[in-house]
Amino acid sequence: MGRTLAEKVWDDHVVRRADGEPDLLYIDLHLLHEVTSPQAFDGLRLSGRKVRRTDLTLATEDHNTPTLDIDKPIADPVSRAQLETLRRNCAEFGVRLHSLGDVEQGVVHVVGPQLGLTQPGTTVVCGDSHTSTHGAFGALAFGIGTSQVEHVLATQTLPLSPFRTMAITVEGELPADVTAKDLILAIIARIGTGGGQGYVIEYRGSAIRALSMEARMTICNMSIEAGARAGMIAPDETTFEYLRGRPHAPEGAEWDAAVEYWKTLRTDDDAVFDHEVFIDAAELAPFVTWGTNPGQGAPLSASVPDPASFDDASDRLAAQNALEYMDLTPGQPLREVRVDTVFVGSCTNGRIEDLRSAASVLKGRRVADGVRMLVVPGSVRVALQAVDEGLDRVFTEAGAEWRHAGCSMCLGMNPDQLSPGERSASTSNRNFEGRQGKGGRTHLVSPQVAAATAVRGRLSSPSDLDATTTVEV
Amino acid sequence: MEAFTTHTGRAVPLRRSNVDTDQIIPAHWLKKVTRTGFEDGLFEAWRKDPEFVLNQPERQGATVLVAGPDFGTGSSREHAVWALQNYGFKAVISSRFADIFRGNSLKNGLLTVILPQETVDGLWELTESEPDARFTVDLVERQVRAVAADGTELVADFELDDNARTRLLQGLDDISLTLREEELIAAYEATRASFKPRTLTV
Ligand code: SF4
Repeated sequence: MGRTLAEKVWDDHVVRRADGEPDLLYIDLHLLHEVTSPQAFDGLRLSGRKVRRTDLTLATEDHNTPTLDIDKPIADPVSRAQLETLRRNCAEFGVRLHSLGDVEQGVVHVVGPQLGLTQPGTTVVCGDSHTSTHGAFGALAFGIGTSQVEHVLATQTLPLSPFRTMAITVEGELPADVTAKDLILAIIARIGTGGGQGYVIEYRGSAIRALSMEARMTICNMSIEAGARAGMIAPDETTFEYLRGRPHAPEGAEWDAAVEYWKTLRTDDDAVFDHEVFIDAAELAPFVTWGTNPGQGAPLSASVPDPASFDDASDRLAAQNALEYMDLTPGQPLREVRVDTVFVGSCTNGRIEDLRSAASVLKGRRVADGVRMLVVPGSVRVALQAVDEGLDRVFTEAGAEWRHAGCSMCLGMNPDQLSPGERSASTSNRNFEGRQGKGGRTHLVSPQVAAATAVRGRLSSPSDLDATTTVEV
Repeated sequence: MEAFTTHTGRAVPLRRSNVDTDQIIPAHWLKKVTRTGFEDGLFEAWRKDPEFVLNQPERQGATVLVAGPDFGTGSSREHAVWALQNYGFKAVISSRFADIFRGNSLKNGLLTVILPQETVDGLWELTESEPDARFTVDLVERQVRAVAADGTELVADFELDDNARTRLLQGLDDISLTLREEELIAAYEATRASFKPRTLTV
């Protein structure tokens, strides 16, 4: 019987297989950041171990880094201590690190792909659940805990038990105003935050193949929000073109050998998935969340649901709690929900195409009075590209704040936070209670919807912006 | 890792689904660089509410958390497991756990027990009506037993694969086990394609 893409990549990395034991899997690329690594390095020191393969390891600073005044010492002493710990650890163990101020610094899941380190058929891990992003290249990429970070540092392998396979096939053409973010939010609403549990999801179908690499990363990024171990998309010409010429992509004969191998990385026609989901692209619409988990979403044209409408008792209770926390009432049209803050950024939607998409909506318009809008590029490279294209000026002329690269308000470990009761439209990936700041309320949206929302001051899509909101420039 | 064989203690009913790791331990706690000292961050936002179950006098010193479905979703932060352990929890029972959280918990000797939701409902009812009821989580027998005041016992078997169970029972350290396979790892490395990416060569 044929094998799925995920099974092929897995099989290619088995170091040891024994009955009744997890497979020992080789790890091709290990990414580190300051939050989940200090205790792992400590563990190494305690047991007198080294980093086995510094040449397969890369660290960036992203979660704690400020997005203003980056040339000054970091104000928060605890954040500063954590970054300094990473710097010390990387220096001591010989790990390459991109620190604040470095041109390759940025959110770890933006930096790996942009350097060309994330390649088809590789295994990629990081102490960060959104490692699933890298699956967009046909890599088997997943988040791990700190004990596993230590394990990979010491051995470059991980004992892992097998997963189940799920195919999500999206056929047809996405309507013009529907982005990858809307698609993945709709998928999570459909299968639920636990729907992918135990599975590696492969996204397939004509609508997926038509997506750019960056859009594919947005999809795979949020696989974890459906509970999946990982998300993957088979590599194709789009993938190869994206990689060609990147700093760490193979060259010459190595490139040819790599492409030959990469072309074998597709699910065989006779392979069988454990579970399959089919989605008609044409039926999708701009999508936003109303609740406190990424599965609690609805089309923007819909209204806040009535908790009583949920069949399942625990879904009902969750909806009730969510509406209370979010201060929303059943039946309220989502388009009428006012926001205080708009955040464009994160490893979900902080890449150049995302900034272009938000800027195209903002161009010639103004952010509504009383709304603050933060634009935080995913990496320094993305920021430089945006400046080159004049996007930073579009943002600042519209009244948005153009910031330095990092995770920023995606999780508010740095000073970019919501205050209690404040409501945001955010292009990030989690609308959990307090995720963006204690008491903050988050609606997950696409970059286009974020920009349109900033202009109207309420959840909106670009089509809601009529001529009256346009300011001639 | 500390070994886990069997544990008996009082329970805490947490009637919430989708308890994500941002609720278990909020992000600002993640700046610490140690594995200890996270107890005050556990469920920090909810603990501000005097009504929250963990704040009830009868729940002080309880060691078994009985939670709703999809416990531990969200981030990969192992700090969530450390916070539960630092606070004093030895085991968490739920009908469904997020994968990464479950992996993290088993690596730290925090036993995550999966039981059907009907059984969890029964355990909730028991501990809510009798906060003093003793819950035993027995990894040797792979069984949860809860005893009511009138002597009736609620018994439920749970599954955990043999490999994970053995590691927990013996408190084995994964890294030492893997390092025994040094030869196999080196042999694998010798066959890796030369086009595979490296971080140190440009
Ligand atoms: S941008 Fe957000 S989700 Fe992505 S790595 Fe940073 S904190 Fe995590």
